Amino acid sequence: MTDRRIKVLIAKPGLDGHDRGAKVLARGLRDEGFEVIYTGLRQTPEMVVSAALQEDVDVVGLSILSGAHMTLLPRICEGMREAGLDDVLVTAGGIIPDDDIPALHEAGINRIFGPGTTIRQVADYIRANVRTRDR
Amino acid sequence: MNAGPTGASQDPRQRAGSLAQAAQDGDRRALARLLSDVEDRTPVGEAAVRILYAQAGAAHLVGITGAPGAGKSTLVAALVTEARTSGRSVAVLAIDPSSPITGGAILGDRVRMQAHAADRDVFIRSMASRGHGGGLAAATIGAASVLAACGFELILIETVGTGQSEVEVASIADTTVVVQAPEMGDEVQAIKAGLLEVADLVVVTKGDRPGAERAAAQLRAMLTVGAQHDRAMGDRPRPKRPDVLLASGATGAGVRDVLAALDRRAAARPTAHAGTEPSDVDLARAEAQMLGILAERLRHRLRRGGQEQRAILARVAGHEIDPYTAADELLAQLAGADGTPA
Repeated sequence: MTDRRIKVLIAKPGLDGHDRGAKVLARGLRDEGFEVIYTGLRQTPEMVVSAALQEDVDVVGLSILSGAHMTLLPRICEGMREAGLDDVLVTAGGIIPDDDIPALHEAGINRIFGPGTTIRQVADYIRANVRTRDR
Repeated sequence: MNAGPTGASQDPRQRAGSLAQAAQDGDRRALARLLSDVEDRTPVGEAAVRILYAQAGAAHLVGITGAPGAGKSTLVAALVTEARTSGRSVAVLAIDPSSPITGGAILGDRVRMQAHAADRDVFIRSMASRGHGGGLAAATIGAASVLAACGFELILIETVGTGQSEVEVASIADTTVVVQAPEMGDEVQAIKAGLLEVADLVVVTKGDRPGAERAAAQLRAMLTVGAQHDRAMGDRPRPKRPDVLLASGATGAGVRDVLAALDRRAAARPTAHAGTEPSDVDLARAEAQMLGILAERLRHRLRRGGQEQRAILARVAGHEIDPYTAADELLAQLAGADGTPA
């Protein structure tokens, strides 16, 4: 009788008004059968962590095109760890130079999707790597 | 993973017990986990509601309903802010529709509710309707019980954007607020049966827009028509006579009055717990919950039923027997199968 759906939080941290990509991805993941919580623009790391915790999401997807990724993304990962959300998959997408990727992985971002990624690739990655619920 | 109080491979009742204890002690992550179990209708979720229900009677459950885009989320966000100025803990259950095709959903109500991320006494949870009609999710009332038992005093339940007759929220909320945007129709809309009839309070939103005052005045006029007629109706069911208030999310005007109106209703309502005489609202909510669970259990048993159940379905499909006779036969079978009356 259990009906479980994968829950994904899509958020745009920082001062970046370019939300088309995030919305397209949210819509695409909806069509892949996920429950997508969309929180919109100008999220502080605190807001992202709080939403991830209250919504008990399996995946956090962060869209960032402003160049502030080296500041904001590690702070979000830090906050997630402090809140005990170690088992949540954290992914990022947008405009992120290749040179920054190793440091972001180091900080705790599980996967970074660049321009040209298809929705199917994102969905497949999530399905393959999402946590399993112990219940 | 960092299992914390949610360690694996426990008996569901034990796991529910430790999660419930942690959630009541203020562990927000445990609360979030518990709500997932209730929402996913796991054995842990069911056990949790069994444990917590006795302590869930004190909160004021307020349903916020209305058409898509009418301003429900904005009003909810403004009410949360206003309630926090007087120090009350507030929880929000925000329901959005699931896709009937893929089962996916976009839950977007949080977009308007981001001001309280650092506030421990605000807890916002989105829920997909998961095929449930009526404007709610099947697990909404169970989730509200969990939140109430964890000490939230005011629980705002925001329905999916409704049409004219998704009125289920009125059967589970203590107070139902119908949100109406200006320019949503003429006076005839205001006298139609359905959504407006279940309102304890009507809030005209976007009160800073031209026409908002006029919309409120029209609604007031139409909804109070017949107040004198009420007395002549004797014991027959009477329509509610809701107050009509004007509010603006953009300026914040009127929000305090809406909260004050909700508080007046909360104050007039005796706290529901064992030993007190239940109100009509409490009885209606009890019935709605039990009917929901009964329907789910019957459906479950029918679907996993054996040859006999399938044979009855096949006979109805083939027009050999009528569906009423079949339903009676099934009920009799199910009652016999478990040794308990259906």
